[in-house]
Amino acid sequence: MARGHAALGAVVPLLTLAVWQGVTSAGMVPPSMLPPPAEMVRTLAEMAGSGELAQAVGITAWRLAWGFVAGAAAGTALGALCGASALARALLDPTVQALRSVPSLAWVPLFILWLGIFESSKITLIAVGVFFPVYLNLMSGIAQVDRKLLEVGVVHGYSRLRRLIAIQLPAALPAYVVGLRSGLGLGWMFVSAAELLGASNGLGFVLDDGEQTGRPERVLVAILLFGLCGKITDMALAAAGARLVRWQDTAMPVQGQRALHPA
Amino acid sequence: MAHEVHIAGLAKTYGSQRVLGPLDLHLDAGTITVVIGRSGCGKSTLLRCLGGLEQPDAGSIRIGAGQLRREDIGYVFQEPRLMPWLTVSRNVAFGLRGHPARDDRVAEALATVGLHQAASLLPKQLSGGMAQRAALARALAPEPELILLDEPFSALDPFSRESLQQHLLHLHRHYRTTMVLITHDMDEALTLGDRILVMQGPPGKIVADLSRQDTKARLREALEPGGRCPPGPPAGAERPQTPLTVRAL
Repeated sequence: MARGHAALGAVVPLLTLAVWQGVTSAGMVPPSMLPPPAEMVRTLAEMAGSGELAQAVGITAWRLAWGFVAGAAAGTALGALCGASALARALLDPTVQALRSVPSLAWVPLFILWLGIFESSKITLIAVGVFFPVYLNLMSGIAQVDRKLLEVGVVHGYSRLRRLIAIQLPAALPAYVVGLRSGLGLGWMFVSAAELLGASNGLGFVLDDGEQTGRPERVLVAILLFGLCGKITDMALAAAGARLVRWQDTAMPVQGQRALHPA
Repeated sequence: MAHEVHIAGLAKTYGSQRVLGPLDLHLDAGTITVVIGRSGCGKSTLLRCLGGLEQPDAGSIRIGAGQLRREDIGYVFQEPRLMPWLTVSRNVAFGLRGHPARDDRVAEALATVGLHQAASLLPKQLSGGMAQRAALARALAPEPELILLDEPFSALDPFSRESLQQHLLHLHRHYRTTMVLITHDMDEALTLGDRILVMQGPPGKIVADLSRQDTKARLREALEPGGRCPPGPPAGAERPQTPLTVRAL
C-alpha cells in the first residue's frame, strides 16, 4: 500500500513532464521561453561535469544548514521559555508576533548594513525564516499540553521545572517536529531569496545568472534542484521526526512512520 | 502502612459559588470509603482537594499524625492519563524517580495488576481496561498511604469494570491501604465500600453515611434530591453489620 502511494506521488511530475515535452516538441512555446526537458538534462549534465552543480548545491546547503541550526536553536529556546512561562509569553510573544509580520525581504537591507554582503547576512536572513515556525509551534505545543497530563505530575509531586521536562516537552514534540519541518521549508525559501539578492555562487545565483544571460534552462535547472533538495531534506527530517513521535496514536502515520499494531 | 484521614472544616468556592463544605470527616485507616452522589454535587472537588489538585478555601486535611504529603497519596483518575510517549513500565515508574528499588517496585505493581507481560508496550497498544490497570499500577507503585480513585472504572465496559472492581478488592485485602473512591454507580458503591458516604450539593455535603450491608433501595433513597436516610446509630458508635446501618449527618 505504501509503495502504491509512493508511485501515486510520481504521477503528477511524470504527467507534467509529458505535457512539457509535448508542448515544446509541437512548437507551441518558443525554446527561449520554455526549453524542452532534454535541454534541461543536457544543462544539468554540463553543470555536473564542470563541477558547478556540486559547488552550487554545496554552498546553498551549507548556508541553509547554518541558518537552520541558528534559527531552530533560537526558536527552540524562546519557544520553550514562552511556552512554559505565562509571564515570559506575556512579555515577549506580542513583540515576536509583530516581528513575524515583517516581510522577509524587508530584513535584507538591514542585515546587509549591519553584517555586510557576505555570508553572515545571508545566514541571518535564513535563520529569521526558520525561527518563527519553530518558535510558534513549540510555544503553542508546550502551552497547550493537556491539563490532565500535567495533573498526573502534580499528584506525583513533580516541580514545575520537572513537569516541563517530563511532560510538557515530550508532549510538545509532535508540534515541534511540524515547526522544524515548516522552518526548513521557509529556510529553503529564504536561502533562495538571499542568494538572488546578492551572491556569486549557490543555486540562487544560478537562477539569477540564467535570467541575466537569457538561459531559461539554467533557471529551470535551479528551480528543479531547489525542489529536489527541499524534498530530500524534508523527507529526512520527517523520517527523523517520525521516530521521535512514533508513540502518537494517529489515524494515519506521518511519512516515514511505521504503525505499531496493538497486541 | 495505612493511615486514617482527618478532614476538618474543608470548603471550596469557585468564584462566588460554594461548591464544597464545610466538611468534617474522619476516614478509618485501611478502609475503602466510597463517596457517591449526582454529577456536580462536589464529590470530585473533595477528591481533588484531598489530592492537592485544588487548594481549599478553608479547612485542613491530615493523614495519620502528620500533615498531608504528596508522596503519601496515590491518585487514579477517571481516564488512565498515561504518558503516551512512555512504555507501560516507565509510566508505572512515573512516581518513583530516584527510588532505589524502582525496577522492583514497577515489576511488583505490574504483576499485581496482571500487566507484567505488557511492560514494554506503549499506551496506544493497550485496551481501555489494560490502560486503567496500568494507571492503577502507577498509583500503587510508590506504596502510598492513601489512594484516591475518581470514578476509575466509569469509562469501562461492564466486564472490565467488574474485573477491575474485584482486582481492587483483592489489592485492598493485600495492602490494606486507605482508599477513597468516587462513583455515581450504586452497585459499585455497594460492592466496594466499607463505608458509603452520600453527597448532595452544591455545596457538597455528606447527607448519609451507609455501609456495604445496606440495600440498593436505601442508597437510592439517600441519593434523592433533598432526601435523607432515617437516622442511624449515633456518631462514633460501632456500625452493626446487619440488617441496616444508616447514619444521617
